[in-house]
Amino acid sequence: MKKISKQHLIAACLGAWLFSGCSKDIYDRTASLPALIPAVADGNAGEWKPYLLATNEDVAVAAPIATNNPDYIAQINEIKAAQADYTPEEKSRVDYWSAGAVLRWNEIMRELVAKRNLPPYQNDDGTYPLPNANNPLAYPIFPFANPPYAARAYAYVAAAQYDALVAAYHYKAVYNRKAPYAVDSTLRVMIPKNALPSYPSEDAVVAGAAVEMLKLLFPADQDYINQRAQEHMQARILSGANVRSDLEAGQALGRAVAQKFAARARTDRAGASAGNAASWQALVDVTLARGEVPWYSFELPVRPPMLPAFGKVKSFLIDSMGVIALRPGPPPLVESEKMKQETMEVYDFVKNPTRERIRIVHFWADGVGTYTPPGHWNAIAADDFIKQNISEVRWARNLALLNMAMFDAAIVCWDTKFFYFNPRPTQLNPSIKTLTGIPNFPAYISGHSTFSGAAATILGHLSPANAQKYKDMANEASMSRVYGGIHYRSDCEVGLETGIKLAAYAVNKAKTDGAE
Amino acid sequence: MLLKYSPTCLLVGALLASTCQLHAQTETDAIMMNRTQFCAGFLYNHSSWNEYWEGTRKRNNLNLGTVTNQSVMFMANYGITDNLNVMVGAPYVWTNASAGTLKGMKGVQDLSLNVKWRGLNYAINKKSKLALYAIGGFSTPLQNYVIDYLPLSVGLGSTNFTGRLMVDYKYNRWFATLWGAYTYRNNIKLDRADYYDTEGHNGNEVRMPDQSTFQLRAGYRGKYLIAEATLTRLHTIGGFDITRNNMPFPSNQMNSSVAGAGFKYTLKQHTNLSFLGSFGYTFRGLDVNGNYFLDSRNVGKSTSFSGGIFYAIYTKKSARKTANNNTNQP
Repeated sequence: MKKISKQHLIAACLGAWLFSGCSKDIYDRTASLPALIPAVADGNAGEWKPYLLATNEDVAVAAPIATNNPDYIAQINEIKAAQADYTPEEKSRVDYWSAGAVLRWNEIMRELVAKRNLPPYQNDDGTYPLPNANNPLAYPIFPFANPPYAARAYAYVAAAQYDALVAAYHYKAVYNRKAPYAVDSTLRVMIPKNALPSYPSEDAVVAGAAVEMLKLLFPADQDYINQRAQEHMQARILSGANVRSDLEAGQALGRAVAQKFAARARTDRAGASAGNAASWQALVDVTLARGEVPWYSFELPVRPPMLPAFGKVKSFLIDSMGVIALRPGPPPLVESEKMKQETMEVYDFVKNPTRERIRIVHFWADGVGTYTPPGHWNAIAADDFIKQNISEVRWARNLALLNMAMFDAAIVCWDTKFFYFNPRPTQLNPSIKTLTGIPNFPAYISGHSTFSGAAATILGHLSPANAQKYKDMANEASMSRVYGGIHYRSDCEVGLETGIKLAAYAVNKAKTDGAE
Repeated sequence: MLLKYSPTCLLVGALLASTCQLHAQTETDAIMMNRTQFCAGFLYNHSSWNEYWEGTRKRNNLNLGTVTNQSVMFMANYGITDNLNVMVGAPYVWTNASAGTLKGMKGVQDLSLNVKWRGLNYAINKKSKLALYAIGGFSTPLQNYVIDYLPLSVGLGSTNFTGRLMVDYKYNRWFATLWGAYTYRNNIKLDRADYYDTEGHNGNEVRMPDQSTFQLRAGYRGKYLIAEATLTRLHTIGGFDITRNNMPFPSNQMNSSVAGAGFKYTLKQHTNLSFLGSFGYTFRGLDVNGNYFLDSRNVGKSTSFSGGIFYAIYTKKSARKTANNNTNQP
């Protein structure tokens, strides 16, 4: 029977081939990218302004050994030994990492966020357990990488990588130690050569900063993160791009810079952003005292709101007064004619949704188990940066600007959400069924819209040719929430505006960091 | 036409997807239409669950309540020869969750096409008979319905090719049928840009793991009445478990074991007309060591029932035979 089954399978595959091929290989748009060859080397990036470090010499990097030192020659021989005997898998890792260190670590970040973006399951008594950073592997695993958490994580990693790279490019210029293939012309090289001094290694800086930051942000995944970093470093040796001392100095620099960011992260008030029962009740009381209808959770059992004090987290681009200054005016009153109209509009959208609108809802949903809206904008940005062939340090800078903008957008958005504590459409009209899950926090203003307004604005500045495209995407992402039945139009329009206003600070930073 | 509830139909709703591929019915039974006979009808199916297996963990979900999947399927069967039948079918599916706010979906699901060939029809003696069948099946979505919205999507969206081998033994009016099938499932594409299954993917194309299905059915097959019990085992070859409190995903490892019963009755006074009904229950069976020898995972613990009405047309060419073979004799 087995044998005949196989024949059937072969016949079936022949038929399948007529449709879309028998192969089940799936298309991954970055799986086989060419090696990064920067159009502009940005060799002067050591002079760019770091975002957290006071100067590019905040972290000292010791002078490297000379290239005629026997230790150095031993390190060249380590490369040769690796190249004498390697597996196809090791070679494929060289190709994988050569597409760009910042890109690959950004992808790993998105993967970790998606993996950990799961709301904890309730306790038997109907309460919910909170992930515990001090015991990350116990259920619920730390973190619950929801959108605000993810926005913050992306920002810290990207900014730490950028600052560490600025320092690295500075020391590259200071010490000017040549790449191993420039020292030993007989060395085989598996990646495109460049004229950049190789000490400290920019790849190792990026990996070191990521590993150190992620230790704090994704503690349950350290084994995986360390394994990826090790593969990354091994790929650099095997490819002939770096000797071990390039990598060790780079990793040490990346880690040291990241430790400064980690110190900031430990005191940025994110740890207290979940609030407690008293603070959750206070939100209800304050809203009632204002004569308004307080938000309530649609989850069963009723789940406390997501990170109600995230609006108090320390932002990168503005201070706490700046957050309050950006807080928009109130949403339409619940009893107002405008709110009735907007609720009716939502109802009409979800009553008979078109296929295209459902596609838009789901394209932008970025809900549970995904890399979140900030992750989606990272993916959008990365796709364009790949085409632009920018240097590693510019990759880091652009992603840092993008992610700092989205992190701060999350802060301003969450501040607004919990200041007004406004109900979702389904709360005002229970017959509104939704095409995606109702996020467990107040409606006004839309997180997707605030993220997207901020992201589209900074990305449009970084790549003016794509500005209109980003704007259109942001508008679509924003409206997807109305189509999906989970936001009023006001939430989205004001969210977009607020995100755009916030991003002006990121644009200012971009204009003054020395990279333009 | 002799319609039995198909195992895959029993799985409507047994699958967390609530959406199995509804095949035309007769590819799963050992009954043939004679040459030029044509039969068509409608089958209604109702399947619901309020518990499901998240991986191996059984749970409920207060934000879904009871998930219900209903369908009406049109089916037709034509006898090209006494030993070669061709069948088509297509269901209209609608879904609903009794709690929470997620909106149900509705729409035409997959077209299925099956060719059934009886390669052997051997009378062992006066009382017992043995028959062997080979069935080739194909199904594909009739429209671009929403896939990535489990458990409320209409279907899983893949184009499938199924090979099935069946053996049927009959003693007087008692019978037992056993078949095994292998289903090759083409990749699908989601509405979202990227996704995570057990790793991150930069793209929306999803590899769908293939499936194997086995069914044992046994009971009484008389001239006008068929009554039988069934046991159906669906196994997804690969795929992954739903992680804790995550949403289900189309390429989850959806396995199910379904026990069922069904009947079909052809009117004596009007043999063109027949009625059928069936019932199915998804379960998980423990062996003495506490292992699940009959597994169900990443599917709803569903209860389903179906009912249908079918009308057969006996043309002149087959009329000569209809006096005797208008009913359930294979």
